[in-house]
Amino acid sequence: MGKFWAILFLLVPILGVGLFVVAADGTGWLMRHWFPEDVSEYGHRIDELFMVILWLTGAVFVATELCLVWFMLRYDRAKNTEPVKFTHGSHTLEVVWTVLPAATLLFIAIYQMNVWADTKVREPMVPGLTVEVTGRQFEWRLRYPGEDGKFDTPDDIYHVNDLHIPVGEDILVKLKSQDVLHSFFLPNLRVKQDAVPGMEIPVWFKAKKNGAYDIVCAELCGWGHYKMRGRLTVQSKPDFEKWLKELRVEGQRTQSEATEDSETEE
Amino acid sequence: MSTTAEGFHTHGDAHVGHAEPSFISKYVFSLDHKVIGLQFLFSTLIWFLIGGLLALGIRWQLAWPWSKLPIVGEWLFSAEGGQMPPEFYTMLFTMHATVMIFFVIIPILAGAFGNFLIPLMIGADDMAFPTLNMLSYWFMWPAFLCIGGSFFVDGGAAAAGWTSYPTLSVVQEAAPGSHMGQTLWLVGVTFVGISSMMGSINYMTTIITMRAPGMTMFRLPLTIWAMFITAVLQAFALPVLTAAGFMQVMDRLVGTGFFVPDGNIVNNSVAAAGGGQPLLWQHLFWFYSHPAVYIMILPAMGMVSDIIACFARKPIFGYKPMVYSISGIAGLGFVVWGHHMFVSGMNPYLGMTFMTATMMIALPSAIKVFNWLGTLWGGRIVFTTAMLFAISFVSMFIIGGLSGIFMAATPVDIFIHDTYFIVAHFHYVLFSGTAMAVFGAIYFWFPKMFGRMMNEFWGKIHFFLTFIFLNGTFFPMHILGVVGFPRRLADPYHYQEFEPLLEMNQFMTFCAIGMVAAQAIFVVNFFGSIFFGKRCGRNPWGCNGLEWSAPSPPGHGNFDFQPVVYRGPYEYGDPEVEADYYPQIQPPPEEEPG
Repeated sequence: MGKFWAILFLLVPILGVGLFVVAADGTGWLMRHWFPEDVSEYGHRIDELFMVILWLTGAVFVATELCLVWFMLRYDRAKNTEPVKFTHGSHTLEVVWTVLPAATLLFIAIYQMNVWADTKVREPMVPGLTVEVTGRQFEWRLRYPGEDGKFDTPDDIYHVNDLHIPVGEDILVKLKSQDVLHSFFLPNLRVKQDAVPGMEIPVWFKAKKNGAYDIVCAELCGWGHYKMRGRLTVQSKPDFEKWLKELRVEGQRTQSEATEDSETEE
Repeated sequence: MSTTAEGFHTHGDAHVGHAEPSFISKYVFSLDHKVIGLQFLFSTLIWFLIGGLLALGIRWQLAWPWSKLPIVGEWLFSAEGGQMPPEFYTMLFTMHATVMIFFVIIPILAGAFGNFLIPLMIGADDMAFPTLNMLSYWFMWPAFLCIGGSFFVDGGAAAAGWTSYPTLSVVQEAAPGSHMGQTLWLVGVTFVGISSMMGSINYMTTIITMRAPGMTMFRLPLTIWAMFITAVLQAFALPVLTAAGFMQVMDRLVGTGFFVPDGNIVNNSVAAAGGGQPLLWQHLFWFYSHPAVYIMILPAMGMVSDIIACFARKPIFGYKPMVYSISGIAGLGFVVWGHHMFVSGMNPYLGMTFMTATMMIALPSAIKVFNWLGTLWGGRIVFTTAMLFAISFVSMFIIGGLSGIFMAATPVDIFIHDTYFIVAHFHYVLFSGTAMAVFGAIYFWFPKMFGRMMNEFWGKIHFFLTFIFLNGTFFPMHILGVVGFPRRLADPYHYQEFEPLLEMNQFMTFCAIGMVAAQAIFVVNFFGSIFFGKRCGRNPWGCNGLEWSAPSPPGHGNFDFQPVVYRGPYEYGDPEVEADYYPQIQPPPEEEPG
């Protein structure tokens, strides 16, 4: 029976690695299930880091699982009559398998610090566009500064769920929440940041390709959490300017209509 | 075993002469650590079933969203035509996690196995404080009633996630489950905490003061070391959770503002209190709950070490490094809580500190895996059901341990945080790891608990099916995570990116149903064996530990002799003796009379 169980455990590394290979490559009729398309400037650095860790852990995974299977086959009591190796351990081995993983882990820790610093610490000094995003059950409220480039002035432009940004520029999002925790997740830009009530958290990114992408809420925010979906449209600078202008005009129109309405009511 | 006869009468006198205890004091309000351990075991196994059924509800919604829930749908959601509403889904995953963590894993490890094994394995007649021990079980009942009852209150049970993050959990208008259900949740968890605290004080005292003669600290089985360190972790971490829980209850009922900031607007109504910080809760919660992660794995690691050494018929490889790594995990466990908060809005500089500490905590876990492999190397492996579960613990823990490194890497965590990658990770550690170890431990110590053997054939079928189905359920979650599939979404498929993942989710749900169904074999085997299992002697597996020299099942006071310990618990295959094991109580040959 030892052989049977060893084969069962052998399936773990085989199918485990197999699933990752198929998912990453998508051979034949099997679909590719891997990272969503990366359209950000630094996203590839996160993906590369993931791959570095995947290769390292993959090697350790295969090696240790194969060891386990080999020992199960080789040292099955039903097939061995010689006495066991009566040993309580090996100081040398303990040192080896303490120092090697420690060095590897420390390497990973230091290797990634720069990516972390670029994505979360080194805020861009002069962003091309600043926009305020406020999470609210269950929508994303957006606010663009008007022509004056400043918030909290009468020409601020408001919008909901439909975030447009110009391509190739540093975007700075001032992330807020009005009620509960939300998380501003842009899968295609490898951006994720919780929105916390009472805090204004800076988030920055740069998109390098035009298109429409998802804004996902990634932190539980109540019963409607699943439908708190926004759209991100990346477009050329002129298109963006045009869109923003239309939005501004429309905003002024609805505002004046609202005033007219209230006037007629009076 | 020549020492056995003498100790018996002097020691036994303390117990002989009592009147036969009544049924109530023997089985209900018992002071006997073994009965209390079994009470914990039965209660937690029932909750295990409930938690598993809640998980099936989650899996159903992810495979066939908004379709009629079979069997219970019509009865639960007659207004919605039998389909689950989204607020029910948020309640499901909140309560699945709550039940599994607070009512199953923590109490089954510390409460059931800790209680049953500690006095037996160190050669004591009972715990240091038997009454406190009894209370630690009975304080679980208010928790059972609070959390069980919360399903039936207005608005339903808590639905703010098992992490109960404010302000969703604090502001009553924020979610249907944030009414009475959330308050009951907080009170229930506090009772679990009180119970754990009573247990942990008892375990520490017992292990330090009541070891049999000759049982030095470095002759303790690794199970006991793990239980000891776990008790220390609980004693230091729990007060923080209790305090935080009280603060949240105050915020909810009295109107304090620990966790709610100024001008917070939910459902168009401005919160009255303010000035608080939602992140404060996250820090306090994870200061407990990260050590709790180790509370949920260390005892399993200890028990697996004992099972592997016994069925490899070989001493454990690197006993002292094993002890040091358990202690190392416990020490580092207190300085890594921030890795749950990399994208929470915490100062990003802190993220770097927590990342480095988190990377380092992978090290003791790696050392333990290598030592288990070293134990198997050159052994003579006996493939019992208990051993298969123990080996699968090692195999699965490798996956769960390695996937943790991805999340520890802060930039990678930005993408995979709150996706199914983390769900895969902790299910590999907690189900494929701890729950498999618990099954192994049940098969292993069942003869000691009930004096009968469990059926090995059905045990192996149970193992085979569970092993296949758990991997079918949990392994594809890694891939979902790489695609960015977020957790806790009632319907992820209206995001274009995640739509193609529906089929994979259906496959996982089939596996999950299979996994729960396979547990029927275990239930039948377990209860059948209690009554009809093959009777066994004191030491059916040929083990060295002290518990195997006591009768099966041990009577009141455990040992019918005074155990004296001559060596560590892992001297299997010592050439000094003829048998392939060398019990801790067996005197060395030169002292053998004649």
